[in-house]
Amino acid sequence: MGNKQTIFTAQQLDAYQDCTYFTRKEILRLFYRYRDLAPQLVPLDYTNHPDVKLPYELIGSMPELKDNPFRQRIAEVFSEDGEGNMTLDDFLDMFSVLSEMAPRDLKAYYAFKIYDFNDDDFICKSDLEKTLNKLTRNELTEDEVKMVCEKVIDEADLDNDGRLSLEDFQHMINRAPDFLSTFHIRI
Amino acid sequence: MFTKNSDTSDSESTSSSSSSKESSNGYQVRSLQRNNWSSATRKMLSSMPSRKTVLSQGYIVLQAWLYEPGKHVHYRSTRPRPVTPSTSPERPRLISHHQSLRKSVLKAETNKEQLVSDLRGLSESEGMRKLRAMPLSLADKMEIRESPGKKIYKQQGDQRERGVKHCFSPLAKNSVINRNVPCHNLPCMYLSRVGSLKLWNSSMKKLSGRYGTGVLSYFTFLRTLLFINLLFFIITFLFLVLPQAIHPPPDSHRTSFSWIELLTGIGYLSQSLMFYGYYSNITIKATSITSMVPYCIPTAYVFTTTISFFTICIILVYSMSKSFGKSFQVFKSDGNLSENVFCSWDFKVTKKPSIRLQSEKISTQLKEQLSELTSGEEERTLMQRFRNFLVHVAAWFICLASIFFSALGVYLLSKVRGKKAISKMHQNLDLLFMAAVVSGFNLLLPGIFNFCAWIEKHNSPSTRVYVSIFRNLLLKISIIGVLCYHWLGKIAVEQDPQCWENFVGQELYRLLLMDFIFTVLYTFLGEFVWRIFSQKILRKNRKPVFDIARNVLELVYGQTLTWLGVLFAPLLPAVQIAKLFVLFYMKKNSLLLNCQASKKPWRATRMTTVFIALLFFPSFLGAAVFVAYTVWIIKPSSECGPFRNLTNMLESVKLWADRMKDHHQILSWLIRAYNAFTDNPLFLFLPSGVFLLVIYFRIQVVDGQRRIIRRLEKQIDDEGKDKKFLITQLQYLYEENTPNSSHRHRGR
Repeated sequence: MGNKQTIFTAQQLDAYQDCTYFTRKEILRLFYRYRDLAPQLVPLDYTNHPDVKLPYELIGSMPELKDNPFRQRIAEVFSEDGEGNMTLDDFLDMFSVLSEMAPRDLKAYYAFKIYDFNDDDFICKSDLEKTLNKLTRNELTEDEVKMVCEKVIDEADLDNDGRLSLEDFQHMINRAPDFLSTFHIRI
Repeated sequence: MFTKNSDTSDSESTSSSSSSKESSNGYQVRSLQRNNWSSATRKMLSSMPSRKTVLSQGYIVLQAWLYEPGKHVHYRSTRPRPVTPSTSPERPRLISHHQSLRKSVLKAETNKEQLVSDLRGLSESEGMRKLRAMPLSLADKMEIRESPGKKIYKQQGDQRERGVKHCFSPLAKNSVINRNVPCHNLPCMYLSRVGSLKLWNSSMKKLSGRYGTGVLSYFTFLRTLLFINLLFFIITFLFLVLPQAIHPPPDSHRTSFSWIELLTGIGYLSQSLMFYGYYSNITIKATSITSMVPYCIPTAYVFTTTISFFTICIILVYSMSKSFGKSFQVFKSDGNLSENVFCSWDFKVTKKPSIRLQSEKISTQLKEQLSELTSGEEERTLMQRFRNFLVHVAAWFICLASIFFSALGVYLLSKVRGKKAISKMHQNLDLLFMAAVVSGFNLLLPGIFNFCAWIEKHNSPSTRVYVSIFRNLLLKISIIGVLCYHWLGKIAVEQDPQCWENFVGQELYRLLLMDFIFTVLYTFLGEFVWRIFSQKILRKNRKPVFDIARNVLELVYGQTLTWLGVLFAPLLPAVQIAKLFVLFYMKKNSLLLNCQASKKPWRATRMTTVFIALLFFPSFLGAAVFVAYTVWIIKPSSECGPFRNLTNMLESVKLWADRMKDHHQILSWLIRAYNAFTDNPLFLFLPSGVFLLVIYFRIQVVDGQRRIIRRLEKQIDDEGKDKKFLITQLQYLYEENTPNSSHRHRGR
């Protein structure tokens, strides 16, 4: 089974296994991926909980995230300081939520936070416009963007306050079975 | 003012779209955008449960419980924000999060123990699953996992040692079963483990990075089929092939081997373990184990086939139900704009050109949907509708006619079997001709179907996909149906070649191999050569697109052939395994070299459900019916195989049961129970009746849920309107009563 690793204590590995959707092997593999981003910053010994944070530029340069238009928001949502600088815990959490086994509600919660650009816990029109522009690389005209935003809010907003709350978003996600397969990053 | 207010509120309640709301009641919107709210309004807004920033009361408690002064806590969902009046003028930042949390801290002290005990009250796997699904940061989750035990002990004043006491019992740590697996019981765990085996993971990651989830679903399907065949092969190999191989039958005479026989299956191969004819009806008593329990090969033959089919049935039903559960929606929503905006970005795609293609795809889709909405259903003239109808009828006629003629061709060809063996080469070619014709039809006719789909111009892309899948399926079912009828209806009855089971097994073997050869040819010619042609000669930079539906149907067809043939050629699953293995690498390399990502949307989850359903319903069930019919009714040939001189294959089991009854007590009880079970028809009707009742009950439950959801949506809508009305009224009253307001009511 290979218990001969010295990076984490047995309790730490167990805690990671219990709190994420990864197995032992995957957690170690993810640790090496994290370390490969900055080998001089990340120590090989995590038993005494070192406080190491990788800056956003390194996280955003990972091949899985490099060209994703939402990479900045993803890093901001999962990082502790909200700026995109991630500790190992944040890193593991991010890929755990984006893995295949995470349940729909958990993914919907984080997707909501990613699309909420101004962090006010609502997806308002400006958030929607930014999302659309990132999705289509500014290919839609302004009128089209406005129309799409209006129609989306019309469709998904249940309590008619002009923007999407978390419950509206989750209700809409429940009607879209493809969400589980698209909101997924393989690592 | 009052009348104006009521007018605006009336108009607000009658209008439905937000745009007209905004334009017609400017007062209401303005009153909702105030910054100087009265204290009464503020109090009312602060107590509204829907304006809380976390998911539910439980999470507030959890967050508050973690919030302790002097302790560094990682916030995820309630990051404290400074109260600035300039941000979000629509909604007042009433109280800072600290204040709200402080309030809930008081509540939390009482609820904390309840929450912890709730988590403790659950079983280990349940509690772990719940913890993992909570939207908190990893550090918070680890604290919850560890500290409750410590805290409780501290409160009790116990001086336990500094070991970490967990919420969940330490047994959970040691049990591999409870790790990351959604189901708790053992067979369920093994089934889901099969799906998560890590073969070809890096290749699939590369493919999904370039082509997205749709193409990935084809390769996942291929991998699933590989494992199903592996399981089948292992069972058959261990219990049937191996014993027969160790004790070869006495009357086997081998002819010489030539390479063409690998393709045709006659000669050397027909007298090997590959085909039915080799197996004998001996009962092995030679070794020490089998002298106590004699190993009867005919019985083993029937049992291994039956048990393998049964196991695969369970696996397929399980994966079908899981997939169906994922893709089930209480309401049908097709072409929903919000779904396209939020759920269509495939996060797996990592290559830059593919991302660009994806953006193009999404913007095209959105533009199409917008144009549909703005222009609406155009009123097509009668002439246009009639013309459309004619085109549809013509296309269906062409497709059905081509299917009919190809089936007729196969039937005639199989009847006119060349008995005139001029030379060995001629005989071989003759045998291969039929299989080549079938594979040729399977290759060419989908091209005709594509052409028909192109002239038909369906309304939505998903209709087009479903229609093309249906036509392809019809073609394959008709060809296989004709062949099965010919084999079982004519050959088995007439017993034309002396060892007809060998003949049928060889036919299926040839069909499988030809299918593989034609797929290789198509991949090479259709994709590689076409790409070179279109790039060098036509000078277009457009590469061919991978047709997912057609390729998956090819896989299903190959699997059907394997299942049909396993009774007559027990090693056929091994051939299929080798074929799938080679196919994976070939398709992968061809994709990477020759194809580009598709521009059409592909709903992966729904389509995967359809494919697994297709694998189960026509393919597996058809093969199971074929095998059951053969085993039950058809008379086996009298000169080869393990069932010679019996009226049907099942009789060997009956004979064996009779022999065993005298020796073993348990077996005789089992046999008696089995007889009682099958003789009394009540035993068949009762379980079916129960199943039908359960299904009806479930349908009614879903129907009721649908109705409740509609009603609740309406309720939320009405509540929102009520709130708006009340807030504006309250604010208006407040402004009326304060004399030094700087608003309109100067002179009153």
